[in-house]
Amino acid sequence: MYNFDYHRPASLAEAAAALQGSDEAKLLAGGQTLLATMKQRLASPSDLIDLSGIGELKGIGVEGDALVIGAMTTHAEVAKSDVVMDHCPALAKLAGGIGDPQVRHRGTIGGSIANADPAADYPAGLLGLGATVVTDKREIPADSYFTGLFETALEDGEIVTQVRFPKPQRAGYAKFANPASRYAIVGVFVSQGPGGTRVAVTGAGPSAFRVGEMEQALAGNFAPDAIAGISVPSDSLNSDIHAAADYRAHLVNVMARRAVESAA
Amino acid sequence: MPDTGIGASVTRKEDKRFLTGRGRYTDDLNRPGQAIAYFLRSPVAHAVVRSIDTAAAEAAPGVVAVFTGKDMETDGVGSLPCGWVVNDKHGEPHKAPPHFPLVRDKVRYVGDHVAMVIAETLGQAKDAAELIEVDYDEQPAVIEAAGAMEGALLHEEAPSNLCYDWELGDEAAVDDAISQAAHVVKLDLVNNRLIPNAIEPRAAIGEFSPGTDAYELYSTSQNPHLLKLILCAFVLGIPETKLRVIAPDVGGGFGSKIYCYAEETACLWASKRLGGRPIKWTAERSESFLADAHGRDHVSGVTLGLDADHTFTALKVMTTANLGAYLSNFATCIPTYLYATLLAGQYITPVIYCNVKAVFTSTAPVDAYRGAGRPEATYVIERIVEVAARQLGVDPAELRRKNFIQPEQFPYQTPVALTYDIGDYEPSLDKALEMIDYSGFAQRRAESEARGKLRGIGFSAYIEACGIAPSAVVGALGAGVGLWESAQVRMNATGSVTVMTGSHAHGQGHETTFSQLVSDYLGLPYDQVEIVHGDTAQIPMAMGTYGSRSLAVGGSAIVKACDKIIDKGRKIAAHLMEADVADVEFKDGNYTVAGTDRSKSLAEIAFAAYVPHNHPEGVEPGLDETAFYDPLNFTYPAGVHIAEVEIDPDTGITTIVDWVAVDDFGKVINPMIVEGQVHGGIAQGVGQALLENCAYDESGQLVTGSYMDYTMPRADDLPSFKVDMTESACTHNPLGVKGCGEAGAIAAPAALMNAITDALGVEIDMPASTEKVWRVCQSRRMAAE
Repeated sequence: MYNFDYHRPASLAEAAAALQGSDEAKLLAGGQTLLATMKQRLASPSDLIDLSGIGELKGIGVEGDALVIGAMTTHAEVAKSDVVMDHCPALAKLAGGIGDPQVRHRGTIGGSIANADPAADYPAGLLGLGATVVTDKREIPADSYFTGLFETALEDGEIVTQVRFPKPQRAGYAKFANPASRYAIVGVFVSQGPGGTRVAVTGAGPSAFRVGEMEQALAGNFAPDAIAGISVPSDSLNSDIHAAADYRAHLVNVMARRAVESAA
Repeated sequence: MPDTGIGASVTRKEDKRFLTGRGRYTDDLNRPGQAIAYFLRSPVAHAVVRSIDTAAAEAAPGVVAVFTGKDMETDGVGSLPCGWVVNDKHGEPHKAPPHFPLVRDKVRYVGDHVAMVIAETLGQAKDAAELIEVDYDEQPAVIEAAGAMEGALLHEEAPSNLCYDWELGDEAAVDDAISQAAHVVKLDLVNNRLIPNAIEPRAAIGEFSPGTDAYELYSTSQNPHLLKLILCAFVLGIPETKLRVIAPDVGGGFGSKIYCYAEETACLWASKRLGGRPIKWTAERSESFLADAHGRDHVSGVTLGLDADHTFTALKVMTTANLGAYLSNFATCIPTYLYATLLAGQYITPVIYCNVKAVFTSTAPVDAYRGAGRPEATYVIERIVEVAARQLGVDPAELRRKNFIQPEQFPYQTPVALTYDIGDYEPSLDKALEMIDYSGFAQRRAESEARGKLRGIGFSAYIEACGIAPSAVVGALGAGVGLWESAQVRMNATGSVTVMTGSHAHGQGHETTFSQLVSDYLGLPYDQVEIVHGDTAQIPMAMGTYGSRSLAVGGSAIVKACDKIIDKGRKIAAHLMEADVADVEFKDGNYTVAGTDRSKSLAEIAFAAYVPHNHPEGVEPGLDETAFYDPLNFTYPAGVHIAEVEIDPDTGITTIVDWVAVDDFGKVINPMIVEGQVHGGIAQGVGQALLENCAYDESGQLVTGSYMDYTMPRADDLPSFKVDMTESACTHNPLGVKGCGEAGAIAAPAALMNAITDALGVEIDMPASTEKVWRVCQSRRMAAE
């Protein structure tokens, strides 16, 4: 790990100011990817701005019909939250399946979606529920938030503060985990609710994506059989030692059916 | 002896410190004034090193020194030796290219040691390493065993990258038997390369004392005396009187900590270069992946001949073994004397031939890993026997039973050099069949099929050879060492006993097992026994722990030393009780005179031995005895494992639904520890068959260089194992024990692959990854449509 300056601001405004103060600063929001990368000397931020001291970024609540999760809420907190269970059990299940217990107790929803790992679970949840990413500057619909491999719509200096999830009538998540890392090789989140019928896939491609054809089929008949014959093209999907693109394409269909089957 | 003697499942005394974070591992130790070493490793698989410029690194903040292979060459540092000479089929010794701790002219795998940077802190050492400029002239990489002989040349000393072309058995006789066989079954197999992944990465502190010219090395070694011998006699030329090697608590080894590696050697050497500054190095996990000795990596073609009534008539095995870039200390004997000699398995096969071509590649060195040759042999036999049963349409359990060596045939001389002293294979098979409810399998399979799943069952009737021995035999086969063990049993004046054992524990629970053994033999309370190991200054010359030898060889040495204690104590007791020595009996810790009520405890005798106010004439004071034990033969644990799996054809996920292991380890000291060893071994075998795979890409980069990609088995990958035992006591050691440390890892891969291929109806290689299994399911589905 290279040397860096450490900051632990007490407010969002202080954090934003610290972030503006350096070109090479990074926000620390759990550090489950960033710290490992820094230890391998593959990242060398000049400054780390630790968001864990900012109370306004934490917590889980309901505002109107929306579930609101603060950016610095850990996966473990989401997984065991009665509020989340009441609002959308599938989201609690998703959070409870991220990494391992250590990761779930350090990693946060804001950190995960700001990093936008193509194999992370949360992108499927946000896209699959039609969530809204709230930053210190604006609100970004999930549909336009995940823009590519490790890329998001966030601008330099912008800080995710919370994520708002509409309440679905039903939702389900099914994941085929990488046997080594337990990241998603393919994770599919399905829901029906105010935002219509949504099918979102993580792990399979360079960035989370929706499957329109499955959404249309499920809108008419929310049952596994409705999408049994719908496949996604494999040409743009990821391929590695664990799963080639055609296997991933197949798993998208299997996991989508299982997500529908499990939807509650 | 109530509940702590031989046969009792005593909880492990070492767990108090391990489970409460009070273990004392090498990295926990810090020496005054120490500096930290970091190794600059090759980023390329194969290159001529044109130049190394260390000037900028040497000038960097905190840097104490930067060393390269040239510095070691100047000091006359030798090559890390290979300790077993294997003569090829023409009688020529294996090709032995040098293996210098720091490279001199070439790098030969990603992770090879280019330079050693020593600084006040690890961060400074890493910063400085980035300033070293190395000019690499890259050469093509050579990765796979198959095709390695046609690849770019790695060592001038080894044309065609061939280390040896070795054989065992009469090829013409085997070919003849196969040509006359009623049935011939063939199978090509891959035994995938594994990375050991001990929980504690390797570490070392080297310290030279200028005042005494003596060295100390703290190291994560399974065999500190062996490490000392190699360093003194071959690599650094240190007098044996001037080096002390200490292996404190060590967290797992599985073979990977047997060897004398570059890093430990360099720390010791550098401390002297730097006038006695202690030099510390601790591997990061990424370094463990890159540069610990890997395991397995064979490709084999197997042919089995059977006669019309399915009796085996001949076995032919043609293997290519990947040794990696350099010869690790025992690399040569693993795919030969610890592999081909096991190819008889539990069966009567009149003639067997094995040919092994061992090749160099631009990958990490390969050496012994839990089982070391025997898992590879068991995999060959148990897969070909299973496939034979399938092709002949007979029950795989019954084909095995038909060909088993029978109890009355022991001692049994196999056609591949070994003589099994004892065994009784059918009881294990019968018990295992009952435990897994074999007769109910067809119904369970039908139930799975009704749910759209594929179910399979697979057998592995393994044999292994533990406690590699005797020294005269291994010497005749090329070993550079003897394979005995030592023990010193010291009765203390107050009645407790301190036992110095040459075996080294790095997870096995020796402190408990050996305490039970000594407590039982000497009739002393269990908590009065202290086991000391891992320090060459405290332990007699010893050989260490590997090959499941600790109890069979090390434990036997302890028994011999206990016998000497009892005998000497008898003389003192006879004198004190005014009886004839022949009339004094020793039982349960007491000497008694036959036919009288006169009695003295061993503790009383120990006191008398150290306070010899009234001592027998001609008997030395003190009660402290050393014994060396050289076994007469290997021991031959054997057993039957049966795995049952269910496969989800939609995803390719294999679920292990049941696992039965019935093992014959001879006499058992601590059943709980033995069961734990079986569990751990099965987990490692399941890892190999289902999950683990060391993968290099075409350029020689390690693709599975972290836990993000290298899949270790986890608790939720495994069922609750059903473990039971049968017992045929070893005939040639005083305890009747055989060894249990590797059996699970030897038996498991074949059992699991036989179950998976039974479910699939297609033969596939390890690891049975979800993708590989899914592809088979897809083609089955397409064929059905």
